[in-house]
Amino acid sequence: MRRNDVRVVILGCGRVGANVATTMSREGHHVTIIDRNPDSFGRLAADFTGRQVLGNGIDEETLRDAELDKADAFLAVTNGDNRNIMSVQMAKVRFKVPKVVARIYDPNRAYAYSELGIDTICTTCVGAGLMRDMILGRPFGQIHDYTHMGLGEDQYE
Amino acid sequence: MSKKSPMYVIVVGAGKVGYHLAKTLIQEGQEVLLLEKDKKTAEAFRDSLGELIVHGDGCEIRTMSEVGMGRANVVVAVTGDDEDNLVVCQMAKRKFGVPRTIARVNDPKNEELFKELGIDQTISSTRIIFNLLEQQIETGQVIPLAALKRGDIEVVEATITSSSNTLGMKIGKLNLPPKALIISVIRDEYAIIPHSDTKLREGDSVIAIIQSEHEKELRAVFE
Repeated sequence: MRRNDVRVVILGCGRVGANVATTMSREGHHVTIIDRNPDSFGRLAADFTGRQVLGNGIDEETLRDAELDKADAFLAVTNGDNRNIMSVQMAKVRFKVPKVVARIYDPNRAYAYSELGIDTICTTCVGAGLMRDMILGRPFGQIHDYTHMGLGEDQYE
Repeated sequence: MSKKSPMYVIVVGAGKVGYHLAKTLIQEGQEVLLLEKDKKTAEAFRDSLGELIVHGDGCEIRTMSEVGMGRANVVVAVTGDDEDNLVVCQMAKRKFGVPRTIARVNDPKNEELFKELGIDQTISSTRIIFNLLEQQIETGQVIPLAALKRGDIEVVEATITSSSNTLGMKIGKLNLPPKALIISVIRDEYAIIPHSDTKLREGDSVIAIIQSEHEKELRAVFE
C-alpha cells in the first residue's frame, strides 16, 4: 500500500456514502462501509475492494466490528442528521478516531455542532451556495464561504 | 414542591412516557410544555393538553426558540430514539443554556456515553427493570431506588415481612454493614424518621443509603 493511504470507516451506504467509498477504495485507501440495510451495498461499484459491515451505526458493537478503533477517519452520511451527530461523537469519545466528519442537512444543527468542535458538512448550505454562484457566474468559493448560507442572524453569533 | 415557584419543564416526545410525565408535572403545579414531532400524535393530545402540547421538532432551533427554550429550567427528552434525545439535550444545553437536561436512553449501553457527552441525567427503563428483576431474583427484599454519584452510593428499600429476621428488632440493634445509614421507615404510608429505639414492624419499608460495595451485606441483614 502507498504511504498516504488511510483507514476510513463510512457510515451509511446511500448515494453519498457509496460514492465516497468507491472513490476512496479506487484511490487505494482501506475503506469499511456500514449500513443497516444489505440492499444498500448494491450502490457500491463492482471494483470496490473494501469491507462491508451490516449493522446499526449508533451501536458500539457494530462500530467495533468495523474496527473503528484502528481507523484514521470516520465519516457519517446516513439520512438522519441526529444519527450522524451521535455516531461521530461515539467515534470521537469511545474510539478516539482522530478525524470525524458528519454530514448534516439542517444548517442550524450543522452550525451548532461545528461550534462544538465537530467537523460538519452541511450539504444544504454548500449546495445552495454553489448553485447561487453558478447562476451568478461567480467563481466557486471555499467551503467556509458557504457554511453560514441562509442562517438567520439571530441563529449564530 | 407547589410552594416554590414553578419550574418550566419542556418535555420532548409525546409517547406514553412523555404524555404521562407532562400530566404528572402539570398536576404538581409546574409549567409544562410537551413537544411532539408527529402532527397526528400532537393533535391526538390536544383535547387533554390544549396549548401545552406543541407540534414541532425538538431539534430545530426555530421550534426551540418558539417554545422559550432559553428560559426552561429542565428539558426532558423521552422520544423512542436515543440519537434524537441526545441532540435535543445537547442543543438545549449548549445553544440555550438550559441548566438541567435529562435524556431517556433506550439502549442502556448509551447511558455512560450520554453522560460523557454532557447530558446531566439519563434514565434507562431497561436498566431500572433489569435492576429490579436482578434484585427480586436474589432476595425479593431489598430494592435499589437510586444510584447516587455514579453508583458509588445507592438508596435502597427493604420491606419487612412476617418472615424477616429483623421483624420486631430495634434499629439500634441491627447489625448493619459499615457505611450504611437508615434514613427513613415508611409505615402505613407515612415516612418516619427512625431512632435507635424504633422497632421494625411487618409491612415497614426501610429506606437506607449504602455504599454499593456493601449492598450485599445489607441485603443479608434484611433477609
